[in-house]
Amino acid sequence: MEDLKNSNRKDKEWRHMSSKESILDSYRAHTKKKVLFVLISMTLLFLMVIISISVGSVRIEVSKVIAALIGQDDGIISTIIWKIRILRVITAIVAGLGLAVSGAAMQSILRNPLGSPFTLGISHSAAFGAAFAIVVLGVGSIQSSSVDAVILNNPYIITMCAFGFSLVATFIIILLAKYKGASPETMILTGVAIGSLFIAGTTAMEYFAEDVQLSSIIFWTFGDVGRTSWSDIWIIAAVVIPSAIYFLYNMWNYNALNCGEETAKSLGVNVERVRIGGMLVASLVTALIVSFIGIIGFIGLVVPHIVRKIIGGDERYLIPSSCIIGAILLLVSDTAARTIISPIVLPVGILTSFLGAPLFIYLVIKGRKYW
Amino acid sequence: MKLEIKGIKFSYGSAPALNNISFRLEGGEVLTIVGPNGSGKSTLLKCIDRILKPQRGCIMIDGKDIKGIGSEEVARRMGYVPQSNGKSFPSTVFDTILMGRKPYIRWAPAAKDLKVVSDVIGTLELEEFALRDINELSGGQRQKVIIGRALAQEPKILLLDEPTANLDLKHQLEVLNLVKEQTRSGVSAIIAIHDLNLALRYSDKVIMLNYGKVFAAGGLEVLNPENIEAVYGIKVRVINHSKGIFVIPEEFIGDKNS
Repeated sequence: MEDLKNSNRKDKEWRHMSSKESILDSYRAHTKKKVLFVLISMTLLFLMVIISISVGSVRIEVSKVIAALIGQDDGIISTIIWKIRILRVITAIVAGLGLAVSGAAMQSILRNPLGSPFTLGISHSAAFGAAFAIVVLGVGSIQSSSVDAVILNNPYIITMCAFGFSLVATFIIILLAKYKGASPETMILTGVAIGSLFIAGTTAMEYFAEDVQLSSIIFWTFGDVGRTSWSDIWIIAAVVIPSAIYFLYNMWNYNALNCGEETAKSLGVNVERVRIGGMLVASLVTALIVSFIGIIGFIGLVVPHIVRKIIGGDERYLIPSSCIIGAILLLVSDTAARTIISPIVLPVGILTSFLGAPLFIYLVIKGRKYW
Repeated sequence: MKLEIKGIKFSYGSAPALNNISFRLEGGEVLTIVGPNGSGKSTLLKCIDRILKPQRGCIMIDGKDIKGIGSEEVARRMGYVPQSNGKSFPSTVFDTILMGRKPYIRWAPAAKDLKVVSDVIGTLELEEFALRDINELSGGQRQKVIIGRALAQEPKILLLDEPTANLDLKHQLEVLNLVKEQTRSGVSAIIAIHDLNLALRYSDKVIMLNYGKVFAAGGLEVLNPENIEAVYGIKVRVINHSKGIFVIPEEFIGDKNS
């Protein structure tokens, strides 16, 4: 009798042990899928880089692209690649990454699917800043060159003004959060209001602008990754890369915030610092990107939703995946924008909004079960 | 682990919520906080866990003021189970409990973190739900998961805010038994609870709050008809049954104001 009991208990213990092992195994399998998604995305990005460099007004064979990239070619092809195409490609990658990761972080911090630098009025205030520089400071005469590009005079003043005004929007929202303890909803509503205030300001300035200035403003607002120089790229990358690392470092904090503010605090998270720090970094990154390349809509809003739809809302995978998918999406969009009605090169901002809006509506209507 | 609360005072804006609360708790003890709605039970728990910062008073763990301990360090000693608020963000049972390891994790969970989580899932007997979204579970199972998250913190002190609210009878007992089991290994627990009979069944010490002040504190004798009537305005009878003490409102028995 005692023996039977004993063996029964042992059996139970054994079953318990094995079930524990199977929990760990199935959890590992569960996370492996997400890791796989990240790896596949990275491969896709790499392939997209090659394709994107190879297509355009001059088609370059993939083998030649690779040869030029690893320094095995120094002819005309290498010049086209290094002087023209790679600039666009890197800009698209860095900007897409920055916009998407900022959007993902903001949605998590605000615990709201509408959170994005766009909804918080940051892009519109940047546009206002650009208009201000062009009309009031008079730095925006346009020259049409023989190529398909249009060049803005003194672009750095425009960039600085755009950045300055987007900081105004950023700080209004941050101060509201810090000193009024505003809820995410209040912050978003305020952001929407600030955005429309700046749109009104831009419209007013457009009304009083001269023809040339008006076209400069309009041209500036077309987000375009083709207007950056190497030095611009360095500046953008110098901000985007450390910011992405900052967001990656805070993934666990964002995950904790998803459990609710009180729970996050009880898990040792300094909620206020994480929230304000994240808002600040996300806003700065977006403001900087928009200041250099104009308004590119929907990347910040749509990419985190796509990722959530595919692999769920775990920040540990959401943040890195958003970086990669953001880069891919902007790169694909720009490649399409360059080739779709070639030889005309569309500004990618138009395309992202055209693609982004229906995609977003689809994701929302399809049922946001993932969030 | 010894917990000492000294002269805690807290107010929301100008509305005082807690006034001069003091008590102490030894390792392995269960303390329940009872009192009417709005008497400050939740606020007190949040002050102890430093989710709210009391304006006056201090909280000492083993003689050390927790103000001087980093928030992550506090999270390794105290686990908090908030009042359930229904829906949450989609997350699997495993991932939810893994969040309890947050105070120990920097970049990625170590093997030990994963092991603790699977042990906790075993303790909760939720093996088959490990990869299920918590929103698909029943209220009782979800509450167990949230307690599991606190257990994964490997705390010395568990703080539970109405852990049995919205649970069926079976889960009420299951959840409180789970907490009681933890105290066998020296963990102490502070539970804010409305059900006086559950308080009588599970606690070593009782604190009765009224209007943010300690109305009475001590052992189970705190829950006597005089105190209960003074605080809740309800006449009750306390019945000694062979298996314990029970509180029954007199109007249930039919001799109210007789």
